[in-house]
Amino acid sequence: MEFLNTIVLTISITLMYSSPLIFTAIGGVLTQRSGVDNIGLEGMMAFGACGAAIVGFFAADPWLGLLTGAVFGGFLALIHAFIAVTAKGNQIISGIALNLVGLGVATFITRRLFNGAAQSNTVPKGIPKVLELLGVDKSNSRLLQSAEIDLTVILAFVIALVVWFVLYKTKTGLRVRACGEHPGAADTLGVNVTLIRYVCTTLSGVLAGLGGGVTALAIAGRFTPSVISGQGFIALAAVIFGNWRPIGATLACLLFGFAQALTVILAGTPWLPTQILAMLPYVLTLLVLMVFVDRSTPPKAIGQPYFKGQ
Amino acid sequence: MRAWLAKALRRPMAAVVLALIIGFIIGTLALALGGYDPVKGFSYMFTGVFSSTNRIMQVIVDSVPIAMTGLAVAFAGRTGLFNIGAEGQFILGQITGAVIGFYVPMPPILHPLFIILCAFAVGGLYAGFAAWLKNRFNIHEVISTIMLNWIAYYFMIFIVNMKSVKVPGSQHSPEILDTAKINFFHRDFRTTAEGQALSESSPFLRPFIRTDAGYAIIIMLITALLLWLILKYTRLGYELRAVGYNRYAAEFSAMPVKRNALMSMFISGGVAAVGGAMLVMSTSYYITMLGTTEGYGWDGISVALIASNHPIGCVFAGLLYAALKFGGLEIQSRMRAPTEIINIMIGTLVLCIALAPALPRLAERLERKE
Repeated sequence: MEFLNTIVLTISITLMYSSPLIFTAIGGVLTQRSGVDNIGLEGMMAFGACGAAIVGFFAADPWLGLLTGAVFGGFLALIHAFIAVTAKGNQIISGIALNLVGLGVATFITRRLFNGAAQSNTVPKGIPKVLELLGVDKSNSRLLQSAEIDLTVILAFVIALVVWFVLYKTKTGLRVRACGEHPGAADTLGVNVTLIRYVCTTLSGVLAGLGGGVTALAIAGRFTPSVISGQGFIALAAVIFGNWRPIGATLACLLFGFAQALTVILAGTPWLPTQILAMLPYVLTLLVLMVFVDRSTPPKAIGQPYFKGQ
Repeated sequence: MRAWLAKALRRPMAAVVLALIIGFIIGTLALALGGYDPVKGFSYMFTGVFSSTNRIMQVIVDSVPIAMTGLAVAFAGRTGLFNIGAEGQFILGQITGAVIGFYVPMPPILHPLFIILCAFAVGGLYAGFAAWLKNRFNIHEVISTIMLNWIAYYFMIFIVNMKSVKVPGSQHSPEILDTAKINFFHRDFRTTAEGQALSESSPFLRPFIRTDAGYAIIIMLITALLLWLILKYTRLGYELRAVGYNRYAAEFSAMPVKRNALMSMFISGGVAAVGGAMLVMSTSYYITMLGTTEGYGWDGISVALIASNHPIGCVFAGLLYAALKFGGLEIQSRMRAPTEIINIMIGTLVLCIALAPALPRLAERLERKE
């Protein structure tokens, strides 16, 4: 029974840590498939986390908080879209800069609102739990308590499925992928490359903002400057590992979430120091990339600005 | 007017100057939106940095680690590699400095030299590992070095937290031996009667005595000069730059592209790690259990971008960055405005640099209208 409980707990913690990664990685798939590289996802997550935590605290409404997080992330991504698509600037540098700006503005706002403290107060209401919503009485069962997950976990999978469907089963998706492979050809066939890249890039920020919001509201309960700490980049690694496919990226995120869950479950074991455990997700990312990246095929036009007529 | 503007936009410095202006505008806006008086803020910043020779010297001291990571990123950047891992390499340098500085007793002069050598090797190998991952497995260095940064960070916490290392009742490792310190004057000298008398009587020596100024400044300048000379006058430098300009052309000319990438990252990582070691040897004297990374590597990325990857430019960009940071702390203490205002300004600055490729096209458009 104890063993079963540990397994169930590991699964639900895995799901909890995977969900922000899934949101963000799906955003990464979308933008990169349209041909725009976005390494600013980390900053967009941080900015989204800040917006979600602030509104989540003052309005005491997690959904309003998440929505704000999405808007915050989307706003940063819109700047990136302008630089990448309209100005045809350097996408990597822009991403780096937005990571700085995102975290900078987020901490600035937080300090301004919370009396100079770099972290927000804890939100009064977290994301609703699934079993609770279903009306399951779990007061007598430890197993059910361990199995409880946030509603946003379900939402993450739904979004992954929707994006998969749109990318592979609709005309729009075909157009998006064409923009990432050969924008010139897409343009010739009447696809509006600029529009598609703008929409996909902005959506990637919206999703990263949601991911950050989930981190803030469902996991940390507040915004702190270290609340994201590399998750945006892990999500990017998941995009590569998942071979730029929504389902693949989701599975990759589950793996990274599992590594995170292990650090929680194994914490306190005497023969493994916490710090070595904390390295696990990052070491795992490297190992996984070593095995899989050679077999991956990135979109051909990724990171290249599109000049009409070339 | 149009022609003049178009010409100005084509100058290589145009992007940086524009970026600086826009950075300050956004900084002003952010301050104003936050409800702080921007004029007051910037005047605090300015007087904070320039009101005494001690303060100016402090900014110079602060600029050393930032310039070192900047140099590291810039050198790799010339080869077309983006070394986001300067952060992790810097941390490994800090660990090397703190460990050898305390546990390996050596005579003065030799001790810091040995540390620098070891730090260079450790940081070089760590960065070289990322290059190897790229060569062998085709893993983009941006992703791999980020992971290596976090691994280095947790490794540092792990080392500090070891029972045999951590000073009981504290959150840090033991202070390094005096032989490993590289300040011009020992820190204790400041409070001795002799030291106070000397700094009172000699305005020239005062900033050297009252800050952590040391040989790190000289080593940083030599590093910048060396890297610049390597890039400009050696065969290796020529090949590295060739790879940076056009990887395929370099490959076609039978240049060992992969080996050069490894070499470039090795030097880059070495420089970043020496920066970390020098920070320990001149300012911090030990490593601490930090809640999060200090971000010197990220500062270095901004510095390298502002300097357009030019080693000498990195020295000045490092000074600018250090002055802004110092001024930011001044704003925070004098008017309680968040110091993150500086991150916002620098982020905006870098964002504008991302726009640099658009400037010549803008110039063209201006000329065409004429």
